[in-house]
Amino acid sequence: MTDTLTPVLTANWGDERAWTLPAYAATGGYDALDVALGMAPEDVQTMVKDSGLRGRGGAGFPTGVKWGFLPPPDPENPKPRYLVVNADESEPGTCKDIPLMMASPHTLVEGVIISSYAIRAERAFIYVRGEVLHVVRRLRAAVREAYEAGHLGTNIHGSGYDLELVVHAGAGAYICGEETALLDSLEGRRGQPRLRPPFPAVAGLYASPTVINNAESIASVPAIVKNGADWFAGMGTEKSAGVGIFSLSGHVKRPGQYEAPLGITLRTLIDLAGGIREGHELKFWTPGGSSTPLFTQEHLDVTLDFEGVAAAGSMLGTRALQIFDDSVCVVRAVLRWTEFYKHESCGKCTPCREGTWWLVQVLERLEKGQGSPEDLDLLLDQCDNILGRSFCALGDGATSPITSSIQYFRDEYLAHLEQGGCPFDAKKSTAWAEAVQ
Amino acid sequence: MSLAPETFDELREIAARYPQARSGLLPMLHLVQSVEGRVTPEGIQACADVLGLTPAEVSGVATFYTMYKRHPVGTHHVGVCTNTLCAVMGGDEIFACLREKLEVGNDETTADGSITLEHIECNAACDYAPVVMVNWEFFDNQTPESASQLVDDLREGREVVASRGARITSWREAERVLAGFEDGLVDEGPAAGSASRVGLELARERGWAAPGDAHGSSDLPEELPEAVEVADTRRAESETIAEEASDD
Amino acid sequence: MTDVTVKIDGQDVTVPEGTLVIRAAEEAGIEIPRFCDHPLLAPVGACRQCLVDIPDAGNGRGFPKPQASCTIPVAEGMVVETQNTTAVKAQQGIMEFLLVNHPLDCPVCDKGGECPLQNQAMSHGQGETRFEGTKRTFPKPINLSPNVLLDRERCIVCQRCTRFAAEIPGDPGIALIQRGAQQQIGIAEDKPFSSYFSGNVIQICPVGALTSDDYRFRARPFDLVSTPGVAEHDACGAAIRIDHRRGKVMRRLAGNDPEVNEEWISDKDRFGFRYAVRDRLTSPMIRENGELRPASWLEAVAVAAQGLAGAGSVGVLPGGRLTLEDAKAYAAFARDTLRTPHLDFRSRPLSEEETGFLRSRVAGTTVTYADLDAADHVVLVGLEPEDEAGTLFLRLRKANRAGLRITTLSPYASEGSRKLGAQVVLTAPGAEKDALSQVSGVTEASVILVGERLATSPGAYSAAAELADRTGARLAWVPRRAGDRGAVEADLLPGENGLDAEAMVRAGLDALVIAGVDPDDTADPAAFLAALDQAGFVVSLEQRVTAVTERADVVLPVATASEKAGTFVTWEGRRRPFEKVFDKPAAYSDAEVLGHITAELSLVGPESAGVADETVVSSPTTTDSAATTTDSAGFRLATWRLMLDNGTLQSGDKALAATARPAFVRIPAALHAELGDVVTITGDRGSWTLPALPAEMADSTVWVPTNSFGRGVWADLASPGSTVTVEGAQ
Repeated sequence: MTDTLTPVLTANWGDERAWTLPAYAATGGYDALDVALGMAPEDVQTMVKDSGLRGRGGAGFPTGVKWGFLPPPDPENPKPRYLVVNADESEPGTCKDIPLMMASPHTLVEGVIISSYAIRAERAFIYVRGEVLHVVRRLRAAVREAYEAGHLGTNIHGSGYDLELVVHAGAGAYICGEETALLDSLEGRRGQPRLRPPFPAVAGLYASPTVINNAESIASVPAIVKNGADWFAGMGTEKSAGVGIFSLSGHVKRPGQYEAPLGITLRTLIDLAGGIREGHELKFWTPGGSSTPLFTQEHLDVTLDFEGVAAAGSMLGTRALQIFDDSVCVVRAVLRWTEFYKHESCGKCTPCREGTWWLVQVLERLEKGQGSPEDLDLLLDQCDNILGRSFCALGDGATSPITSSIQYFRDEYLAHLEQGGCPFDAKKSTAWAEAVQ
Repeated sequence: MSLAPETFDELREIAARYPQARSGLLPMLHLVQSVEGRVTPEGIQACADVLGLTPAEVSGVATFYTMYKRHPVGTHHVGVCTNTLCAVMGGDEIFACLREKLEVGNDETTADGSITLEHIECNAACDYAPVVMVNWEFFDNQTPESASQLVDDLREGREVVASRGARITSWREAERVLAGFEDGLVDEGPAAGSASRVGLELARERGWAAPGDAHGSSDLPEELPEAVEVADTRRAESETIAEEASDD
Repeated sequence: MTDVTVKIDGQDVTVPEGTLVIRAAEEAGIEIPRFCDHPLLAPVGACRQCLVDIPDAGNGRGFPKPQASCTIPVAEGMVVETQNTTAVKAQQGIMEFLLVNHPLDCPVCDKGGECPLQNQAMSHGQGETRFEGTKRTFPKPINLSPNVLLDRERCIVCQRCTRFAAEIPGDPGIALIQRGAQQQIGIAEDKPFSSYFSGNVIQICPVGALTSDDYRFRARPFDLVSTPGVAEHDACGAAIRIDHRRGKVMRRLAGNDPEVNEEWISDKDRFGFRYAVRDRLTSPMIRENGELRPASWLEAVAVAAQGLAGAGSVGVLPGGRLTLEDAKAYAAFARDTLRTPHLDFRSRPLSEEETGFLRSRVAGTTVTYADLDAADHVVLVGLEPEDEAGTLFLRLRKANRAGLRITTLSPYASEGSRKLGAQVVLTAPGAEKDALSQVSGVTEASVILVGERLATSPGAYSAAAELADRTGARLAWVPRRAGDRGAVEADLLPGENGLDAEAMVRAGLDALVIAGVDPDDTADPAAFLAALDQAGFVVSLEQRVTAVTERADVVLPVATASEKAGTFVTWEGRRRPFEKVFDKPAAYSDAEVLGHITAELSLVGPESAGVADETVVSSPTTTDSAATTTDSAGFRLATWRLMLDNGTLQSGDKALAATARPAFVRIPAALHAELGDVVTITGDRGSWTLPALPAEMADSTVWVPTNSFGRGVWADLASPGSTVTVEGAQ
């Protein structure tokens, strides 16, 4: 029986100068790399597959299986193979990869080297969003230290394996978190998603076989290699193995990062975080970022793993638990998220580009108390015409807050109409609002 | 006015980091911003020349990403997150306060060229809401007062240090780091802020850890007593098998 | 290639493997609505209008969401529903979204009446929109180039234009800029969209976002009568569609001909048509007392016949604009009526070697565009397709992108060569013969394309023929003008003991019959004009006032291509017949006019009907009219015509002219570093001061555009094959 909280990735975040190579090595850093280099690459792949690790970037695709999609290297027609780390963390509510790379970039770097070795990649890239200057500093310095120590470059640890790693800063576009848009951005283009097929495993970066994984997924690999597949599989649930970083934000007393086995509930997490703010109650929350349908108090005991959340009508996503109490207007929250999707829409496809433009206008009217109850049906129909019809999941994500908020809070929308405006006082939801007695 | 030869050299250096030069375009545009204070037509032409692209293609990239600015940016870029969570937690008030104080609108620069104020989207620090970024460095748990003070300090040229980062330099210097040139400030600031460590510290307090981790207590949690025997057996079995395997 | 059978809307359709569902549906007569899809562009699946329901992907399982049929290839056993509830709702939903920001400009929009958005909104939309908000607006229109205007509000961001520009001609001067609902088509600041093929984006734009300055607000599609035609600006034979109203051409579009130009034409083909209404000769003229005066046809033909009958020696210079029918008429006129061997259609520098080459290696041969696609290697010699044969350029570029290897023997590495993916073998003018003997990788599956410039390079044509014979490769000649190949087929070349065009000029014949020849195009413009002045009698069959008509004794106006039916022969040898567009009773074709003269001559008398062949022996046209040794102080002069220049058939089209590429000379990089951006080039006929660009050049070579300055290179600068000096001029 695993403990309630299981620091693995977060374990060294309190260490003195944790981001430096000496500090990382002092607690066993780069030992896992030696273990991996002593194994055949395919065996490392098998280990990760057996561990049950599923992508930690939201989609939850089994990581080892994804690695297996690369075609076997063809000696007649050798094509370079690439590992690309998606460190573009931009999904509203998601805040786990940034502190990870800030505190312990070497965890990620070691994970990159082992994963690249496993898939026989000769080059790896970390695509990190540009809006986090200090994280970029930490990553670059860690890569430099790794080269200096012989963990990167040619003949790593005398194994004969070569790997070049480039840290690449983005420039501000949420859509670049979508894996094919990320590849286009990494190629120096506009970050617009690509047609699939061909899939990145066959034709990804520079039309070569490529694996793209989330930063937390790759960062999990050293621990798996060091402790074994069973160790990881022994935590979490049967189909959602291992641990993940759960990010609590909003109206809890102690927001922050809580690393726990998958399957924990929000009730437990809120309890650990000291509860909802004094005098308030939980009203609505996101299990996995703004792109996942909202949950309410009804869902406090949903197990936060992929299956449990899906069965309850949402998605585990990135475990970005944004907690909103009764001081928050749902309509205001949903409107703001919809403005986000409109701002970030790449513009390639009609339903997302035009749909988000229109959705914002309808929601704005409703928030001001204008419009009619039929506008809710209009919103739902617009969402129906976007969901599954857009080119990529951004369009889909834009519909989640709207459809789920109307499902659970239709009356709140209607209250805006009845009262000719928002019935909530925005001052009450702020972090410095006076505690309610 | 074309860019200086040294800048062209650095643009080429960036492009050379990649198997295909075009990949360098995003960091190259960051370099252009660090040198020119914005993305200028000359900067676009320079990137086009180095990479063998048309200026139209480079413009397409330069206008897609929010961080690239076509208008001159102030000495400091102040971004206030107004995505839903930060907005609700006070980001809206902070933005309104700064807008009034600085007398500028969104993505506009103060008359003295010191501050560009902008709404920004979620910057992955939601546990520190409301968040303000200065030259893309974190300023956590802000209030209208603290943000106001922050802006005053910046304008007065006082040293300002990020919550989880280094001392503030300037937007241009930050852009240079993003272009891939280190500035030596990596060791400033903590590893992680307190919110980032809140789960770790609670675990240590309660003696919780991942299996096999020395920090774990030997006490088993009370919540699921029926799992005790199963867990014990599994660990023993796996360790036994590993030992047998290593005997070969 | 196996066939696949799928069921679309209940109908079985069998198509080749790899066919997209949207194309397969068209085979069944089912038109799925679409905007970004275009059969000649790579699919993007951006607009989402073509969403269909696929209940069975061919493996027993359906796609859970509607799919963009323009991106899905067929699979055996696939079941597609394009009109069931799911598909219809999806399509209507997309249409509604498209119309959210689209302005209701139809009453003032050029595209109204031929607009895929209008049509598909009516056929596949839901009739009424529920959008009551604010549309995004932009200042409009803006210029993407002097001729191509963009209305950003109307644009539905289907990206056909940007994809075309990048994929087809390789001119990505327009790109998507901005993001989201602000995404728009744009250019870099102050860098207009410069492409010889820019007009195609106007034609493929499915809304009225892209319009031409040329045609904007001038007509409605329902006013126009469309007549298919053949482009007359080069030897490629592109199919065009001529839209006219009340006897006036309003615009020209690309015709659809997969074998020749697919669905593209050059801007010159598209916008170059006003020459036909400028400075037209309206009546025959005869010279009386030194002055030309209008005359009736009867009178003018009679005077012409009389003058020709009385001439001892007559030369016939038909020029290169003729239809095949007209060319045959000139051949008969020269051989049977005038009985003169002095006949030559070539109106530019030529050689005896070329005469033999055309007769033995070009006439009667066929090498097609498809042969280029199928070849393993195409070698270009003395030919710059991007400037000289636009349609050929696009076909070669497409083939190169599909794997065709292209080598070009060229004086400098041009942008056109780069866009063809060609390996450039720097070859100075005159050195083609040696370069050809060293070209490698030519097999019997290869094709050698030679241009008419090789006439100024002694031995080049022969070397090309020899290379073809040695390797078994095919050989084809790509001339500049639409009538050149037809002239070869009609054997408009010197007969036995006949003089070619340059020899005729030197010989001083008694009479000349001249059709479409511009003296400034010839090897020695001054000598040509002198020959005209000297000749006792000159008959000019022309469309407009020219330097020739001004010196003629009889001027007979003839029809332009749109005023007669006829056939052009492409460089391939392919016959391209076209109908008459305008019925103008007073417009006679050259053939008709010659017929009148022939009839008149037969009346004058059988003895005088045949012109005695008093061959004036003159020095033959030597093949080394080109200086074969380079003056050590000079540079060899390489030249060809830019596609848009001072050419006669481009006159009057101001919007087109505004898009011409700025004309620079090309000089070696080291020389440019020394002399700067402006140089003075001096040849044996004059001197020009021009802007210069550095380029990788063949040894001791500079390049000057033939007809972009003054009266052209041969008139104002230097003789063919000569050397020039270059000095700084700043």
